[in-house]
Amino acid sequence: MKRAHVLGAAAIVLSAASIPTYALSGKLTIVTSYPTDTTATFEKAFEKKYPGVDVEMLKKKTTAGIKYLQETSDNNQADMFWASAPDAFEVLKGDDLLVKYDVKVGGIPEKVGSFPINDPEGYYKGFAASGYGIMWNERYLKAKKLPPPMEWADLKKPIYHGHSGMSAPSRSGTTHLTVETVLQGMGWQDGWAEWKEIAGNFKTVTERSFGVPDGVNSGSFGAGIVIDFFGLSSQASGFPVGFNYPKVTTLVPANIAIVKNAPNAEAAAAFIEFILSTEGQELLLDPKIRRLPVNPATYAKAPKDFPNPFKDKTIGAAVKFDLALSKGRYNVINSLFDVMITYRLNELRGAVKAIQDAEAKLAGKTNADAAKLIAEARALVNEVPVTEAQASESDFNNIFKKKRKKATTKVTGRQAEIESEWDSMVVANYAKAKELADKAASML
Amino acid sequence: MKASTLTAFSSVERGPAIAGLMIAFFLLLFLIVPVGQVIFVAFQDPNTGSFTLINFADFFGNSLFVESFFNSFYVASMSVIVASIIAMPLAYFTTRFNFSGALLIQTLGIIPLIMPPFVGAVAMQLLFGANGSINLLLEEHLGFTIPFMEGLNGVILVESVHYFPFILINLSAALNNIDRAMEESAQNLGAHGTRLFRRIVFPLAMPGYVAGAALVFIKVFDDLGTPLLLNINNMLAPQAYLRISSIGIADPMGYVISVILVGFSLLSLWISLLALKDKDYATVQKGGGGLMRRDLRTWEKVGCYGVVILILLLVLSPHIGLTLLSFGTVWSFAVIPDGFTFDHYTTVFDTASQYITNTLLYAGIAALLDVILATSIAYIVWRTKLVGRKWLDYGATAALAVPGVVLGIGYLRTYHSFDVPIINEPLASWWVIIVIAMTIRRLPYALRACIAAIQQVSVMLEEAAENLGATKGRTVWRIVVPLMSGGILAGFVTSFATASVELSATIMLVAKDSDAPLAFGIYEFMQSTSGRGPGAALGIIAVLFVGVGTYFSHVIIERSKKLREAKAIVAEGGTT
Repeated sequence: MKRAHVLGAAAIVLSAASIPTYALSGKLTIVTSYPTDTTATFEKAFEKKYPGVDVEMLKKKTTAGIKYLQETSDNNQADMFWASAPDAFEVLKGDDLLVKYDVKVGGIPEKVGSFPINDPEGYYKGFAASGYGIMWNERYLKAKKLPPPMEWADLKKPIYHGHSGMSAPSRSGTTHLTVETVLQGMGWQDGWAEWKEIAGNFKTVTERSFGVPDGVNSGSFGAGIVIDFFGLSSQASGFPVGFNYPKVTTLVPANIAIVKNAPNAEAAAAFIEFILSTEGQELLLDPKIRRLPVNPATYAKAPKDFPNPFKDKTIGAAVKFDLALSKGRYNVINSLFDVMITYRLNELRGAVKAIQDAEAKLAGKTNADAAKLIAEARALVNEVPVTEAQASESDFNNIFKKKRKKATTKVTGRQAEIESEWDSMVVANYAKAKELADKAASML
Repeated sequence: MKASTLTAFSSVERGPAIAGLMIAFFLLLFLIVPVGQVIFVAFQDPNTGSFTLINFADFFGNSLFVESFFNSFYVASMSVIVASIIAMPLAYFTTRFNFSGALLIQTLGIIPLIMPPFVGAVAMQLLFGANGSINLLLEEHLGFTIPFMEGLNGVILVESVHYFPFILINLSAALNNIDRAMEESAQNLGAHGTRLFRRIVFPLAMPGYVAGAALVFIKVFDDLGTPLLLNINNMLAPQAYLRISSIGIADPMGYVISVILVGFSLLSLWISLLALKDKDYATVQKGGGGLMRRDLRTWEKVGCYGVVILILLLVLSPHIGLTLLSFGTVWSFAVIPDGFTFDHYTTVFDTASQYITNTLLYAGIAALLDVILATSIAYIVWRTKLVGRKWLDYGATAALAVPGVVLGIGYLRTYHSFDVPIINEPLASWWVIIVIAMTIRRLPYALRACIAAIQQVSVMLEEAAENLGATKGRTVWRIVVPLMSGGILAGFVTSFATASVELSATIMLVAKDSDAPLAFGIYEFMQSTSGRGPGAALGIIAVLFVGVGTYFSHVIIERSKKLREAKAIVAEGGTT
């Protein structure tokens, strides 16, 4: 009996191994948040290699892409999901929308920085590594006589008031990762305080992550918080910009995965193999793309000053990104940032400017009352309506989800109601903070 | 009455009746039902499905939405005001004086309309932005900057520069239609200058102005593309788009906003129609209408030309900016680009040709459908006695009150789970839905062109044909349509030109990159870190489409007008 089983298994394995590689064909549909520069390059190269396949890119922002896959799961048309943020893939994995895949191509190490390149459970694969940092426009900074900002803390300085920009976590998977990185690196309270004070200097919160490099490229504002390849590709395309990784940053892989019930799973598998092959990894070095490959051998072909995380271990070493933590509070972070910062940017800016002005006046003098008022104002600005523990509660997070698949998911409040409460709190806080800071300034 | 009820179902009317029913069905499926669905969902509790006002309560309870509401209102009103400020001197020059630059002003009136506002927005940002060309020069030489494009100002500036022709045309027409006798009588009775203006000219010109102003108001209120490209999110249309695209089609806020947008559209449309009631602008009295004109003194001439040229420069700024951007290598914190190249156009034709071919296909089909529908509706409404035919006209015209973003949301909601039989794909993500959206949105304009055309065709000609034995169908095909050809063609070209740059509904409905038309392609390309040059190149191509289309439309209308005036109507009989 046993021998029959063994023989049977052997037969299956042998026949599988000897299936002739017939030409791939059909349509390959990829839901992706990447810009045309990236998708067009890979599409062209892949279609050249497999002429029978017609690649179709469904461009959606990361959050919209997740929504799309959730909403069309009953009648799935997409083969793959291709985006930066691993927490987005975690959300999809949790919703049981991805399938496992074993990569055949070799040369990809286990980790980049301190982060595993692939999902340990095998659902999604990293194809490039990305860090987050600051890019700046050299001409702008020169004209305004500002030094290039190198660290997050630099962006809090009063000299940069009105000169920086960023997108919002709800609109950009990469921005979400950046916000999470600082929150994890500095802690909940200090992290939010850092973001509020940085945002207090913002000129704008852009609609998409691309709005930031575009703003810096065109000289609309001087500094922007971006994912590394935006800064590097802008530089490579000739714009007078510079880019730097601050110390508190993390290197996180950008990922690709096959969607459950994919219409063309074979082509999907071939695409993953292609991206991870030597040829595919070298495509990442294209001046319009400029992403960090996960195959260390590729760096031999990279230009001179191109960052190499496999050689330079300091990039991204400070923060070991906790994916589970990020996944557990994904929606809450989105809503918190929007309510406290994005939609109340004017009020926040007013409050922060008042505090900066008061501190400038206080510099060098000792006035305990004024200092106390300024500290109070700061505390008001930095207050977050939700504790870290509460933010990670699954019940609470589920309020911010619109689609509830499981019957056991409880919802106690409604999203609009809670956001409205937060909004009233921050408006009151920022107004009071401005008042206190102005009072402190008048005392000096 | 009895006779007409009988004829309503006679065999002669059967053809038109069937056509009418089919058109009504089309309008029902693709206009009434989706918009109805949107309104319905706004009043529906998302959890229980029962009727409720809680979504509206949530909307007005959330300060972001209230702010968006006020911002949209503010921007639309200010755009009307700024557009009026631009239009008034021009209208005044052409109607009060024998101004030789009148042709220049007419051209001024067309230039903005050929560039969709969102395309110009990016270029104006580069020229007028905080670190744009103008401000860099001002800062360097005069030490100050003007916040032309700061926040909402940017939207107001772009929209005013684009929409002022509406006010100009309406105001000029209104002033030109004032009976000179009125002015003379007033002067005989002793009224001069401001009194004359206040008591006679202003009230008589008001309705025409209000019609134009209401139209501009609603177009700015509903515009999605311009705020999106200028990164202004706290306005109603962008909020609706953002809610639906990032939170999903189940989010009630997107629908509430849609209801508000539709409500205001209907209101503005009603005001506009009310103002134009009983006024006929189709014919202008020759040699007797309008205010008295006088000649210009030399220094007045210089002043007039000065103002006109200043306005011309302002109006041309998006075009100039876009051209510079499309040929520029790197344009960063500088007055003009660092260098110039043809590369962007090469890139566009290499990688983006599908946007152009898609647009030709979609806009072509949409324009064709539009003229077929419009001609049929025009014939049914004006030549038959079918019961309820006026409702076809109202139904088709109602599309004017539906903003693109609302139509997009309506289609997504109604058809996202409806699978098209053979293709096996949801209708909402099939490219044909984009064509349908374009058709519905442009139908009112094509309809107006066809109604104007059919009103010029004498019924006597049809009766003569039928007397000679032709069937209804033959008469329509051999007599009516050829005589309407000028209007039909003009309607086709206008439909085509405006559909090719439609963005609001398209941005909601485009599922795949390969299905995307030009406007969407421009939006995508404008988001590249390797430079906006290709996006600008696409923008210039879009402008050329619209420009050439408008020119041909103009030429065709002028030609058919001349033909009509040259020969007596009765003697025509089918020859061109």
